[in-house]
Amino acid sequence: MAVFYILLLFMIIAAIIAVETDNLLSSVICVGAIGFGGSLIFLFLRAPDIAITQIVVEVLGLIILIRATISRDRTFITGDREFFGMVVSVVIIFVIFLAGMKVFETLPAFGTPIFATVGDSASQAYITEGMQKTGAANLVASVILDFRAYDTLGEAAVLFTSIIGATVILRKKAKKLPEEPDQ
Amino acid sequence: MKGMTIIVKTISSWVKVLIFLFGIYIILFGHLTPGGGFAGGVILASSYVLLMLAFGREFAEKTLSVPFASKLDCVGALLFAAVALCGLLYGAAGFFWNFIHQKYLMGTDYEFNLVSAGTIPLSNIAIGLKVGASLFLVILTLSMCCKDFKPGSTENEKE
Amino acid sequence: MLYALCFLLFTIGLYCAVTKKNMVKIVIGIMVMEYAVNLFLIMLGYRMGGVAPIIGRSDLESGLGGFVSKSVDPLPQALVLTAIVISLGSLALMISICVRTYEKYGTFDITQIRRLKG
Repeated sequence: MAVFYILLLFMIIAAIIAVETDNLLSSVICVGAIGFGGSLIFLFLRAPDIAITQIVVEVLGLIILIRATISRDRTFITGDREFFGMVVSVVIIFVIFLAGMKVFETLPAFGTPIFATVGDSASQAYITEGMQKTGAANLVASVILDFRAYDTLGEAAVLFTSIIGATVILRKKAKKLPEEPDQ
Repeated sequence: MKGMTIIVKTISSWVKVLIFLFGIYIILFGHLTPGGGFAGGVILASSYVLLMLAFGREFAEKTLSVPFASKLDCVGALLFAAVALCGLLYGAAGFFWNFIHQKYLMGTDYEFNLVSAGTIPLSNIAIGLKVGASLFLVILTLSMCCKDFKPGSTENEKE
Repeated sequence: MLYALCFLLFTIGLYCAVTKKNMVKIVIGIMVMEYAVNLFLIMLGYRMGGVAPIIGRSDLESGLGGFVSKSVDPLPQALVLTAIVISLGSLALMISICVRTYEKYGTFDITQIRRLKG
């Protein structure tokens, strides 16, 4: 249990540095540190699929972020927004935090998953019958590709759309000829 | 985007093949060990991103150009939908049904092999192809997008 | 207590996304929020002294009873797996918007962008 606290404190300190520093390169490196700590926590939380995915996605995300920030001239933007707006935002976020603390008291304690307390839940059926009904040894793969394959179809559609959107925004040539007037 | 020094080029041309092979291993064994289509697809994309960072953008574009990468992306998505639609041959409730396992092979003692679990390896291959191609496409497009801004000129440079 | 620290990470990301002027900082705040949410979902499914949800040959031969009573929840892991890859796609979209805006206006500052007519 102590390892969870240490890794979470590491992630929180890296997040505070990423938020507060002025240099964009330091912020991007601290985001990489947060992702790496997250991958280690996933490994200790007995989720090896998620740890592999998190670390490779982290590496590609760092490459995308560095591409956007490093080759530009202006990397220092000083000052925040006006003072009154910031004070109101901080107060509201503090109220959200206190409200969240009250909600977490209704959750079961850390270490007892919900499906162990409730009688017949979906996860219980996935664990006991997953291997027999799908033939896969990896239960997470059997959940995402057989029991809940619609969610994977939705994820493929969302990824497809966002990549098409990014490609259209970054297009160099305009589709209209330059001598046509704007409608 | 220019390439890097000759030491980086030599080493990365060997390492890229190993990373590609590792990505294919993670995809194909997705139903037996941790991994699956998503992690394997991202590893495939990152092997080509290594090629682009080490050798420069033009070389990577000759290896896997933008139209070909987007065609591979579409092929992956269509393959996933085709695997789902094949289950419809077995009745109305058959969309995404694991028909290979449930109809033909359930009960026989063939778990833990590479060829097992019905349509799950086929779906893994389709998802891996799709995720890898689309992530490489977006990083390639991002690196060829815009020239660096020169302060003093504000017109939009579109060719 | 661990849930509280995870929610603190989420509110740090929320603060960054709301009060900063630099566009890339806003994107970084959204990424921190996504990390915190994925971590929270996986923490909900943890069982003390549990094993990963992967069946080995010895588990199958000794009957699945021991495995069932000790494995962690596979359902949140399945949901978070797709969420992590979607967050990469949305990061690519956000960064492409930032790069295009920098090319047109010359700055990452969002208050300057409101004033220029372009």
